[in-house]
Amino acid sequence: MTTSENGAPRRRLSPRRRAQRIRAVQYAVLIAAIGAAVMFADWSQVGRTFFDPGLMRDTVAHGLWRALWNTLVYTAGGFVIGLVAGTLLALMRLSDVAPYRWLATLYIEFFRGLPALVVFMAFSLLPLAFPGLAMPWPPYGTVWAALGIVGSAYMAETIRAGIQAVPKGQIEAARSLGMSSGQAMWRVTLPQAFRIMIPPLTNELIMLIKDSSLVFIVGLSAANFDLTKFGRAAANSNVNITPLVVAGLGYLIITLPLSIIVRRMEAAASKGR
Amino acid sequence: MAGSDPLVDIRGLNKHFGSNHVLRDIDFSVSAGEVVCVIGPSGSGKSTLLRCINLLEEPQGGTVVVNGEDLTDPDCDIDAARRHIGMVFQQFNLFPHHSALDNCVLALMTVLKKKRPEAERIAKANLERVGLAEKMDAYPGRLSGGQQQRVAIARALSMGPDLMLFDEPTSALDPELVGEVLAVMRRLADEGMTMIVVTHEIAFAREVADRVVFMDGGGIVEQGKPAQLLSDPREPRTRDFLKRVLKPAETDD
Repeated sequence: MTTSENGAPRRRLSPRRRAQRIRAVQYAVLIAAIGAAVMFADWSQVGRTFFDPGLMRDTVAHGLWRALWNTLVYTAGGFVIGLVAGTLLALMRLSDVAPYRWLATLYIEFFRGLPALVVFMAFSLLPLAFPGLAMPWPPYGTVWAALGIVGSAYMAETIRAGIQAVPKGQIEAARSLGMSSGQAMWRVTLPQAFRIMIPPLTNELIMLIKDSSLVFIVGLSAANFDLTKFGRAAANSNVNITPLVVAGLGYLIITLPLSIIVRRMEAAASKGR
Repeated sequence: MAGSDPLVDIRGLNKHFGSNHVLRDIDFSVSAGEVVCVIGPSGSGKSTLLRCINLLEEPQGGTVVVNGEDLTDPDCDIDAARRHIGMVFQQFNLFPHHSALDNCVLALMTVLKKKRPEAERIAKANLERVGLAEKMDAYPGRLSGGQQQRVAIARALSMGPDLMLFDEPTSALDPELVGEVLAVMRRLADEGMTMIVVTHEIAFAREVADRVVFMDGGGIVEQGKPAQLLSDPREPRTRDFLKRVLKPAETDD
């Protein structure tokens, strides 16, 4: 150890001074990077390509809201189907009947491991493989089924974990009052399980919102374009990235309020605990 | 012991958890209107015995007859039988997503198929019985442990049971909250409810019970009037247990 008393030639920096120096270096690097970006990038070109104001207005006026609505409808349908099928799969995984458990596990492992893109491709090929087969309400039926299948595989595991997180004493209390096992599940376990599951289910909803961009695989008419397909088409025809940026902001219009609503729901649910 | 036909009649009851033989050939009966306290060291099987009476635990051998119905018969409608057997748990087990009132209302509507106004009337009457009418809109999380346990008692009473089972109802409570729960139970006993109480509250057993049962090692060691069993036990194991419970500071090992 070096101390000032015996006059050591090099004094070590105190931890506080060391921290100050490290922070100074970090800021210097940041400022240099920003400075380089400002000096060397062609900002007018960047602005024209990504944030062309005229094209922005144009994109919003010519179909953004329609595309936003379509994305919402695709996602909502897929989420509802996924939630119902996921609950069913979760109950199968917890069933006393072994074959139900095997079937549910097989389904979950299969569709969780598969890229959503592959599921969409399979659905778009179904009418070719089975001539005469048509999904109801084209293109919604196909999109909802594909998103529902992908979503249910993920949600099933979330729901199963939620059900198992409800204390065993809750079921015992319900059964001791004379409720059947079905009534106990429906009236006591599931309402509490879904409160526990709000945060993970939100993640899965946001994932589905993004997966809904895969609808372009099934082939759509312009009126059924979702945000991504709409932005891409407009970007291609204008040879400019601005419409894609606008479409990207469209996703944030959905996901940001969703986060706020869910935070409120969580607060409300925790009051009842 | 009044009455000729016992309300609860248990014969040759055996229960294993894996290789652990928890209940060994138990014979046990309770008459209508009787208050029985079951005491004994932890692991003696007293809670398991209680949980076998409404078949929350399924025994591997023997019969459990309540109200003349054999609950161990595979064709017995256990849900119907449980409507007449109220149960109060150590951890209260109130439904946290329902208010105190709705905790009582839920089974009245789903099991007994009552309409909401009638269910609420019954639930309010029972919350009043446990002294919590003014807390009926509170969620369990806002209630003290003692209040939660009283709501749990009201919830069980709302079903109009013939028999109440108490599984260590005061063991999870802070000491100053034990009294209010015991007071409710004492009133219930005075009103003539048939009660089986697994407890460590020796004073309560002495004052309220018609009979005290001492269990150890999965069997009933001895039973009798509280004055006799608690003051002058015949079995050395009972004497030893009571000494530990009543004078814990003097226990030497």
